[in-house]
Amino acid sequence: MVATVNKIIPFSVVDGPGNRTAIFLQGCNMNCLYCHNPETRAKCIHCGACACSCPTGALSFENNLIHYDPTKCVNCDTCIRACPHGSSPKSTDMTADEVWHAVQKQIPFIRGITVSGGECTLYPEFLTELFTLAQSHGLSTLIDSNGTLDFEHCPDLLAVTDGVMLDIKAFDSEEHKRVTGRDNRIVLKNACFLAREGKLYEVRTVVSPGLFDAERTIIQTAGMLSPYLSVRPIRYKLISYRPMGVRTQYANTLQIPTSDQMNYYAELLTAKGFKDIIIT
Amino acid sequence: MRDISMQRVNETRDKILDIIKSPTLTHEQKVASMANAADSLLEVLDLPEGLDELMNVPLDRKCICDLNEGHAPLRPRYIIPDYAKLIKEGCKFLQLQPPTDLYEALNCLLIFYKHVPSVTNFPVYLGQLDTLLEPFVQEVDDATAKKLLRGFLLHVERTILDSFSHANIGPKPTRAGRLLMEVEAELEHEVPNLTLKYEEGVTDDDFAILAIKTALRAAKPSFANHRMFVQELGEDYVIASCYNGLPLGGGSYTLCRLILGNIAKRAGGIEDFKSNQLPYVMDIMARYMDTRVRFEVEESGFFENNFLAREGFIHRERFTAMFGLVGLAECVNILLEKEGRPGRFGHDEYATKLGESIIKQINDFNEQHQSPYCEVTGGHYLLHAQVGLSDDQNISPGTRIPIGEEPDEMIDHLLVLNHFHKYFPSGTGDIFPIDVTVHQNPEYVLDIVKGSFRKELRYLSFYGKNSDVIRITGYLVKRSEIEKLMKGQNVIHDTTALGMGAVINGKVLERKVR
Repeated sequence: MVATVNKIIPFSVVDGPGNRTAIFLQGCNMNCLYCHNPETRAKCIHCGACACSCPTGALSFENNLIHYDPTKCVNCDTCIRACPHGSSPKSTDMTADEVWHAVQKQIPFIRGITVSGGECTLYPEFLTELFTLAQSHGLSTLIDSNGTLDFEHCPDLLAVTDGVMLDIKAFDSEEHKRVTGRDNRIVLKNACFLAREGKLYEVRTVVSPGLFDAERTIIQTAGMLSPYLSVRPIRYKLISYRPMGVRTQYANTLQIPTSDQMNYYAELLTAKGFKDIIIT
Repeated sequence: MRDISMQRVNETRDKILDIIKSPTLTHEQKVASMANAADSLLEVLDLPEGLDELMNVPLDRKCICDLNEGHAPLRPRYIIPDYAKLIKEGCKFLQLQPPTDLYEALNCLLIFYKHVPSVTNFPVYLGQLDTLLEPFVQEVDDATAKKLLRGFLLHVERTILDSFSHANIGPKPTRAGRLLMEVEAELEHEVPNLTLKYEEGVTDDDFAILAIKTALRAAKPSFANHRMFVQELGEDYVIASCYNGLPLGGGSYTLCRLILGNIAKRAGGIEDFKSNQLPYVMDIMARYMDTRVRFEVEESGFFENNFLAREGFIHRERFTAMFGLVGLAECVNILLEKEGRPGRFGHDEYATKLGESIIKQINDFNEQHQSPYCEVTGGHYLLHAQVGLSDDQNISPGTRIPIGEEPDEMIDHLLVLNHFHKYFPSGTGDIFPIDVTVHQNPEYVLDIVKGSFRKELRYLSFYGKNSDVIRITGYLVKRSEIEKLMKGQNVIHDTTALGMGAVINGKVLERKVR
């Protein structure tokens, strides 16, 4: 199976426990206002608009296709700013075998892999194939997801997935639509299902005051999940909104929470029995 | 003793007067420098022909360096006393009884440290502190133990005025080891250097994670590949000075180093380097080391008269010496340039292979050369990847990739190191400043240590990129102390001056953060 890969980070410290290779897939079915890597949202349509923007000549446009030469790229992100479609010319279609080959180089320095995005569950068969390879070589497998794929209907994928890091961007459906453009019924269903199955490794909520009622989301999410903490401990990651990478039209309107606010939310979680709480 | 010119005598007298008048040297630093100046007037060693034009020349042409050991070595460079014997039996010369509690044990060690010589005049090894102290900490609660350890470590840092002073812990987790690390994390001291002997499956993860958390604050402990050192040196090995693996109850007579980049400058190309220049310089350095060793053993009287040897804290038969080298990166780059080949050390498979073939050639030479009085290491010296001197310019430590040229990805960096660490039982190591995000995921560092040690890497050090105390090359210095020295103020540790030189000449603050 093939997936469009935005990038592979050989050693990642922030995508799950220990040292992991993180694979970012291209394409997302949500439109979160605070998305900090909006260039991973859409697939490249080979319009050619970015080609002449590249200051180092790493991009060329021939036969109606964009060609990317990573050896010339200096990661200045000019092409990403030039893209009119919220995409990146630097993504590559790769098979699960090809991605696995790129992961193998990091063995034995990593304990696992994490697939993120974009929204990686847009490629469930690819994930199943990649995770089967990873697990058979002793690596743990984590999915970083917005929760729009109904995991209950994907037993093959779940069987080779050690855990899911799930975004709960708002508990209330209307608020969720305002933040992401989509309803969250499946997201919440997934949260309970994964928690019951012992596959919910982490829940995360991005906090931006005024965008949605973070206190209510955190209390309701914690209330919903606290019965499952005995199945497997669930980490709750509270993420302060940061403007870095965010599209300028939204970055100007979104607020950054204070550390007091974040600590208050952490206390709410502690009161509901969560022990592993991270504020970033 | 050979005569010397009156001109040299007068130059040395001027130098001594400069030392006396120095506004930045402390009293202890002046006394040590004056002793070195006096020693430089002696000419007693039987020097090999050709040494002078390889050693006593300007820095950019120097091929052999004896690291300021002096002209008439009065003691071995690195001395590794058996402190367990002290704890068990006391010391006759110092009139110390075996300690009976933690207070007495710490006091006993502090007294003994003041009588352990070395090239720096301070002890380069302070003992396997966890196992030495474990029986004594059992009798006190955590708070009392930590109060006593805090006082002990404060005493060490303010009286052992040189950070080439190394304590060891591990590989097994102990309460004493845990308490020591907790106190070190709190104190953030430059002295002592500290190594955790680590072995996966023996050192448990909790203990290793505590070590990583401590290192992110205090730049110590470093991690030594215990399994590898035991295979090479046996169970009774220690890590001393920078990161030097040496036999317990012995040490190293001497350490000289090849400056590989300058040897490459003499060569027409790779072939000339390997067939002529390198063998010529290695032979002279080995014979120079032989001479130094013989003087120490046969003439200095150290082993007959010093109480450490007389009472059996050290044994002459447990000594060896270290055959050092620096600047492999520059050597490889110069040779590639002379051959008209593209590529740089650290970034190119051909460069890595060339580098490894050079180290292998040095290793083969050393295994052929019969070294006097090195029974403990099979009659041969031990290879050592030396960390550099403060005035080294364009000379990278040992086999390290130059600062500023590290590969973008840490995996590529580690896979280059993997070719070199195995050749250096008496020490090599690499250093990684670590990003603050790791504080929330110290297992990240542990995974890298585990993977590295499975891949035969030998020694790794980490420090938090924003910490005050940082690892310079193989020793610790506080940035705040360097700043004081830069303003012309006195600083307590002699190594701060070395750190300042390394920051200016070696770009130490510009290491790639991982």
